[in-house]
Amino acid sequence: MYEIVEKAELAHTVYQYKIKAPLIARKRRAGQFVVLRLNEMGERIPLTIVGSDDKAGTITIIAQEVGKSTAMLGDMVVGDSILDVVGPLGKPTHIEDFGIVVCVGGGIGTAPVLPIAKAMKEAGNKVVSIIGARNKGLLILENEMREASTELHITTDDGSYGHHGFVTQVLQNFIDEGMKIGCVVGIGPVPMMRAVANVTRPYGLLTVVSLNPIMVDGTGMCGACRVTIGGKNQFVCVDGPEFNGHEVDYDELMMRNRSYIKEEKAAMEEFTYHEGTKCYERECK
Amino acid sequence: MDANETKGRMKIPRQTMSEQEPRERVRNFYEVPYGFTPEQAIAEAKRCIQCKKPLCVGGCPVNIDIPWFIRLISEGKFIEAAHKLKETNGLPAVCGRVCPQEDQCEKVCVIGKKSDAVSIGRLERFAADYEREHGEITIPSIPKWTGKKAAVVGAGPAGLTVAGDLVKKGHKVTVFEALHTPGGVLMYGIPEFRLPKKIVQSEVEYLRRMGVEIILNAVVGKLETIDELLADGYGAVFVGSGAGLPNFMNIPGENLSGVYSANEYLTRVNLMKAYQFPEYDTPVIRGRKVVVIGGGNTAMDSARTALRLCPEEVSIVYRRSREELPARVEEVHHGEEEGLRFQLLTNPKKFIGDHEGRLKALECVRMELGEPDESGRRRPVEMKGSEFTIEADVAIIAIGNGANPLIPQTTPDIKVNKWGNITVNPDNGRTSKQGVFSGGDIVRGGATVILAMGDGRRAADSMDEYMRTGIW
Repeated sequence: MYEIVEKAELAHTVYQYKIKAPLIARKRRAGQFVVLRLNEMGERIPLTIVGSDDKAGTITIIAQEVGKSTAMLGDMVVGDSILDVVGPLGKPTHIEDFGIVVCVGGGIGTAPVLPIAKAMKEAGNKVVSIIGARNKGLLILENEMREASTELHITTDDGSYGHHGFVTQVLQNFIDEGMKIGCVVGIGPVPMMRAVANVTRPYGLLTVVSLNPIMVDGTGMCGACRVTIGGKNQFVCVDGPEFNGHEVDYDELMMRNRSYIKEEKAAMEEFTYHEGTKCYERECK
Repeated sequence: MDANETKGRMKIPRQTMSEQEPRERVRNFYEVPYGFTPEQAIAEAKRCIQCKKPLCVGGCPVNIDIPWFIRLISEGKFIEAAHKLKETNGLPAVCGRVCPQEDQCEKVCVIGKKSDAVSIGRLERFAADYEREHGEITIPSIPKWTGKKAAVVGAGPAGLTVAGDLVKKGHKVTVFEALHTPGGVLMYGIPEFRLPKKIVQSEVEYLRRMGVEIILNAVVGKLETIDELLADGYGAVFVGSGAGLPNFMNIPGENLSGVYSANEYLTRVNLMKAYQFPEYDTPVIRGRKVVVIGGGNTAMDSARTALRLCPEEVSIVYRRSREELPARVEEVHHGEEEGLRFQLLTNPKKFIGDHEGRLKALECVRMELGEPDESGRRRPVEMKGSEFTIEADVAIIAIGNGANPLIPQTTPDIKVNKWGNITVNPDNGRTSKQGVFSGGDIVRGGATVILAMGDGRRAADSMDEYMRTGIW
């Protein structure tokens, strides 16, 4: 059992959790993730490790309520325990001194960007970050990203805060202004990652994206998370989660992520209307 | 036993195990055969003529004293029979169900030369079940601690065997399991209707009661490396990380929704209990028409699982003919009784999807058998122009696994072959790295439960010797 020792609401339906997992806290590096299973009947869900506290023996994860499992997680409170937490999984981010690194986070994707921005800055890079959200209320980790970056730029789709528009427009401006970018890290919804890759492709800029496909075991055993990268089948859990953004088949990834849309909807409806909020406490019959 | 008694015994017919009716069982996940009654077990045990030089023992990868345990059953001493089995086999209820006895002990049974071999596997299952169901599982006495501790990576058949053998020799053993449940392929791979999961868990519980420590959610290589385990005071490490990455066919459309590896399909259904969705949270696409590609036991398990998830039609697509099917005859027979169809001498060329990226059909081609290849089987050759399509919304690819790279990646001084499988001395499971042993599918690249257990048995003996003597 892995106890939740801290919980904070970052935006509507977006929560940050600190979970007791001392071994993972000691071992994890930027870019890696954990797989959680909330209870005996739960599914296995992958979530990026946003940070860790070696002394306290905790890891930090951030999750938005998008389906039944994340909604159940959202209902959990400090003192509750998650049944299974396994990690750190996936390859760590390749960190080196590129000179200037632009870190782009879209929506909840800012969470996985944060540890990479920190590690890139520690490696001596000038870290220029752009984080965006649909509106001001949905923006997360502004202070943390400001601290982790050399400079921070904010965008909102509706103009309620920061630059009115998309993260890609700010990125394009940097390129147009002649910024000598060594590496771009872009993480967020799949269309946003594709848009970032499309901006940098004509300039041959090294672009790293972190993929979030459906997974089951997370250790390479099942192949649920396979995605075509540069024409080759890769397993995101062991070969990734980070890949060259110019080589990812984004259409395929989006189609695969919709594989269970019917089932997910049905489970969510059942959860909302019938099982009630404390259903994470249910026990195996 | 005199000649007359032997003759009399040979007249007893092979006992048949009653089973759930096919039409009934395709609608549930309960175990198919019910097992012998005590009367049947005694009758079957009496068929054994107690050979002076029993060939069956040599046919068993873990060398169970087969005539002895069968004699105990024939005398009605069922619990004693179970104890006898457990001296050499830590998982008798499992092996009695999933071992290919027809290729091992029963293949060499003398009775089998004139009539049907003694049902050794079914008797093994009977004794183990009897002991478990009668609540009389006793723990063997454990010798005083040797002061040594061993680590085992992976709680599958190989690792559990190593763990059981080493605690019985007086060592402390910690098993590190990556998944949330111990059992490995016995839990995620083999379906409930062939091997009820409560049986696996009760065998694991037996090991725990003997003192084996099992740590779940522990991915060795990621959480701790082999070198760290050795530095932590583990005198020897056994790597039984199992079959790894599933093979795909590298044909167009393979990543459409509805195309699964057998590993994923079986893991969703068995380990995550997707057959009980939405009560359990993990879904699986049930489909209306399911095609399983491959002809081995994993293909049969996938197909028979699919039959139970209510599709209209489940077919096996296999590129060779019926004779070359690597699956156990019993599995093929059970599948056919349950309505499984076969598209033999057929190979998929591509998967065809709809506008949403969901599978709707397979384009296949007919094959014919040519000259034998290096495996000795006749090589299937495409018949030009014979392409045709099969409608399907779920396809399950069961064509084997490659090696999982996690441990070799993080422990480069463990030598692997060109397929990524760990190379060992087959006599004792020793790898190229001092103190590290290995066995099961990470070495063999895909074999059986009992062969993995045999590897574990040999490795445990050698680990014991190494920890006592320090001689590599």
